[in-house]
Amino acid sequence: MSEQEALFRYTLRMGDNSLVLGHRNSEWCGHGPVLEEDIAQANIALDLIGQARNYLTYAGEVEAKFRPSALPTGQAGPLRTEDDLAYLRGEREYINVQLVELPKGDYARTIVRSFLFDAFHLPLQQALTTSKDERLKGIAEKAVKEVTYHLRHSSEWLVRFGDGTEESHRRAQEALDDLWRYTGELFTPDEAEEVLAKAGIAPKLADVKQEWSATVDRVLKEATLKRPADGWMASGGKKGIHTEHLGPMLAEMQTLQRSYPGVEW
Amino acid sequence: MYKISLRERVPSTTLATRNTFPYIMPDSQQESLFQQKVDAEQKIEPRDWMPDGYRKNLVRQISQHAHSEIVGMLPEGNWITRAPSLRRKTILLAKVQDEAGHGLYLYSAAETLGTGRDEMVDQLLSGAAKYSSIFNYPTLTWADIGAIGWLVDGAAIMNQVMLCRTSYGPYARAMVRICKEESFHQRQGYDILITLSKGTPEQKAMAQDALDRWWWPSLMMFGPSDKDSPHSAQSLKWKIKRQSNDELRQIFIDRTVSQAEFLGLKIPDPKLKWNEATQHYDWGEIDWTEFNEVIRGNGPCNAERMAARRKAHADGAWVREAALAYAGKKSKRNAA
Amino acid sequence: MATTNEKDWPLWEIFIQSKRGLDHKHVGSLHAADARMAIENARDVYTRRNEGNSIWAVRAADIHASKPEDQGAFFDPADDKVYRHPTFYPMPEGVKYI
Repeated sequence: MSEQEALFRYTLRMGDNSLVLGHRNSEWCGHGPVLEEDIAQANIALDLIGQARNYLTYAGEVEAKFRPSALPTGQAGPLRTEDDLAYLRGEREYINVQLVELPKGDYARTIVRSFLFDAFHLPLQQALTTSKDERLKGIAEKAVKEVTYHLRHSSEWLVRFGDGTEESHRRAQEALDDLWRYTGELFTPDEAEEVLAKAGIAPKLADVKQEWSATVDRVLKEATLKRPADGWMASGGKKGIHTEHLGPMLAEMQTLQRSYPGVEW
Repeated sequence: MYKISLRERVPSTTLATRNTFPYIMPDSQQESLFQQKVDAEQKIEPRDWMPDGYRKNLVRQISQHAHSEIVGMLPEGNWITRAPSLRRKTILLAKVQDEAGHGLYLYSAAETLGTGRDEMVDQLLSGAAKYSSIFNYPTLTWADIGAIGWLVDGAAIMNQVMLCRTSYGPYARAMVRICKEESFHQRQGYDILITLSKGTPEQKAMAQDALDRWWWPSLMMFGPSDKDSPHSAQSLKWKIKRQSNDELRQIFIDRTVSQAEFLGLKIPDPKLKWNEATQHYDWGEIDWTEFNEVIRGNGPCNAERMAARRKAHADGAWVREAALAYAGKKSKRNAA
Repeated sequence: MATTNEKDWPLWEIFIQSKRGLDHKHVGSLHAADARMAIENARDVYTRRNEGNSIWAVRAADIHASKPEDQGAFFDPADDKVYRHPTFYPMPEGVKYI
């Protein structure tokens, strides 16, 4: 895999992860447990969708450079915009990790999922601020501030749930036990991630995992929650093999673009 | 904060001790002083003496307004997951989030009058409190999101700009903040419709259909006609409201017609016509039966809206309890 | 207490400093279970448009306020102390930097 192709897949994945999680979080808008949390979740969703737009725009530009089109002129391929990539790819072409696509569930599930992802996302973005790729570096510099806040929000809520009432503790532990099997995929590199790690463009996921693991231990301890044992881990998202939940989500998200092709909105 | 002090209001027995300090006036005198303040355009602040009716009227109006913001998140929220581009998605999400913020500012203003948010929310969920009837209409197409921004927010802004000058200080300050933030709401709606009206015939038809469905309900947002508006006269005297329902409605129509023309859309009112003599548009008749039915709970989405709010509140109960339990434990640990 | 029901989160008054060097200004209130949450909620609620540099949150129940009926006794006596204002002292022309 060429470095350009790896960069395309990498930026696409970063975009997909943020977009899908942002979409899931936005589902709380109008339905949150307390008005202040509706507002907080919407802020987080706005950050994530903003990141997705940066990554997908960049992915389109990278793709146009390395993938000479099938056009006989041999020009660079047609540029896919952020919306082309978001709205006109099917679920097999989305390459986000499965963790982010799962339904939002109850508020404990939402918080646990966000926490598990944020604790991974923050060290990843921090590492990307030293990327050799200027664009990735620029996106990361902004994202680090946002994700720092996301992790703070999800950790604090996780502690409230874990150390709150019996019910909230039970719900949080259940969500943690259920979602744990989706964390393996975060740290299993695919070819694109390996190529970029060698090139100094993206971090080694093993390094990110160390930090993730330390954060998880620290917060779970404060939350009086038990870290589940690493058993069988789900995977496939990075290759475009998803849970049954992503398809309906994309069908909903893409409905207008699919029903009225080629139209400005 | 004001509640404590409000409940500390000096009991009437002290009225006898008029020569002591502080000097307490009888209510009749208080009331005329109050009205003088209002007439002199001085703001009434939470701890000031105010007639009970003024307080009640304000709590009713502000909490209705707050409920409207919160329930109003639902019809638009219906399209957040289906917005047709990432740009539109972020704009809509930010906008609906603003509604939550505005609801919060308003609850916060109402709380200065001694009614807790929990109490107001209970009134909404039990069906005792009202909210703007417009939010009981369904959002069926993407163009509806445009129409809501343009017409519904447009109508709301008329009312809100007026309320920036309302006599009750906290309400006026909340409205100033809201008006500053709202200014993008109407524009983003109109912007959606500009794009649709320049688009394919299908998109244009979508825009016209949205205008057809939202026009009359938007006019109803200004409330009953002045002659049938039970609270209007007193509200105007107390300067809670500064302009009557019918006045605001007329200004709204006068301003909106040319905006519709620019879009190449037709307002669904055959009687709509410029009147040289009055320098206003003449227009048809609102279907007040529909208005009253929707208010009575028989609008297309009343049941769904209330069910959604009740579900969110019920599902969130354990979350709110957990946060409180944790805060309690933590403050005990800190004290130990 | 502003919230009488103990199942409800207490009310907090929020003060925001919009820029370095300016006073913190009262912007409104919100509900939160604890101080941390109050500050974070304030960030989300009251600084969505870049209005914030620093946030104070105070339990509403901890604020004490003067009473409106004391207004006269408290504030009117300052009215006639014009000598506290620089404009009370006319300076002859030609006197500079004062």
